[in-house]
Amino acid sequence: MKRLRGGARSVGEIAEGMDVSRPAVSQHLKILKAARLVTDRAEGTRRLYAVNTRGIEVLRSWLDGFWDEMLLAFKETAERQTAKERKQ
Amino acid sequence: MTEQTASSGINPNNVRKVIQVKAPQAVAWAVFTEKMGTWWPLATYKIGKANAVDAVIEPRVGGRWYERGDDGSTCQWGSVLSWEPHTRLVLSWDINADWQYDPSLKTEIEVRFIADGKDRTRVELEHRRLDRYGARRDEMRTIFDSTGDWGRLLESFASAAAA
Repeated sequence: MKRLRGGARSVGEIAEGMDVSRPAVSQHLKILKAARLVTDRAEGTRRLYAVNTRGIEVLRSWLDGFWDEMLLAFKETAERQTAKERKQ
Repeated sequence: MTEQTASSGINPNNVRKVIQVKAPQAVAWAVFTEKMGTWWPLATYKIGKANAVDAVIEPRVGGRWYERGDDGSTCQWGSVLSWEPHTRLVLSWDINADWQYDPSLKTEIEVRFIADGKDRTRVELEHRRLDRYGARRDEMRTIFDSTGDWGRLLESFASAAAA
C-alpha cells in the first residue's frame, strides 16, 4: 500500500527492490483489490494499481452535509439567543 | 477512478464551511462552546447507548468534548486543542469509522469567529486531516481478508450516523 501512495504503479514497479516475487505481489494485489483497497486499470499492455480513494470521498461528502446541518442549527440558535438578549 | 490533485482546487482531506450569523461575536462563541447541547441534534448525532441530553466542551486546552447521556454516562468525541475565547476554537474529532471514540484518530475541527460589525459574525469551520482515516485504512490491510473492508466500515459509519 505504501508503494502506491505516490500514484498508480505496475506490478513490476511495486515489486522492484522488494524481497518478494512478482507472483507474490500479484497475489497480494488481488486480495487488496477484492477488499476494495486498491483499484486497477489497463494501460497499454500493463495493468496499473492505485489506492482506492472512494472511501475517503464517501466520508468527505458525508461530513460536508453533516457540517451544513450542524452550522445551520447553530446559526438558528445563536440568532434566537441574540433576539432574546435584545428584548431584555 | 480519478486521483485528487492539488490542481483540482479541492483538498480531499478537508471540509470547509462558512456561515453568516446575525449575532455578536461573543454570543456566537458562547452558543457554540457553552450551549452546544441546545443546538446539536443529539437525537441523531450521538455515539452512546443512552439518550444524549447534552454536548459539552470543557473550556480549556486539553479539555474533553463529550456527550452526556440521560443515565449520567459520558461518551467522549474529542478534545480541545486550542481555546481562544470569542475568536478561535480547535477541537480534535476522534470518532472513527465504526462510530466509536478512538483517541489515536485526531482529525481536527477549527472554528473561527470573525466579527462583521457588532451585530454579525462570520463563522468559518474547517474539518481537516481526514487523511487520518486513510492512514487507518492502510493499517487495516492486515485484516482485510476477514472483516476489514474499509468500504463497508464507511457504510456503517454513515448509516450509524444517519440512524
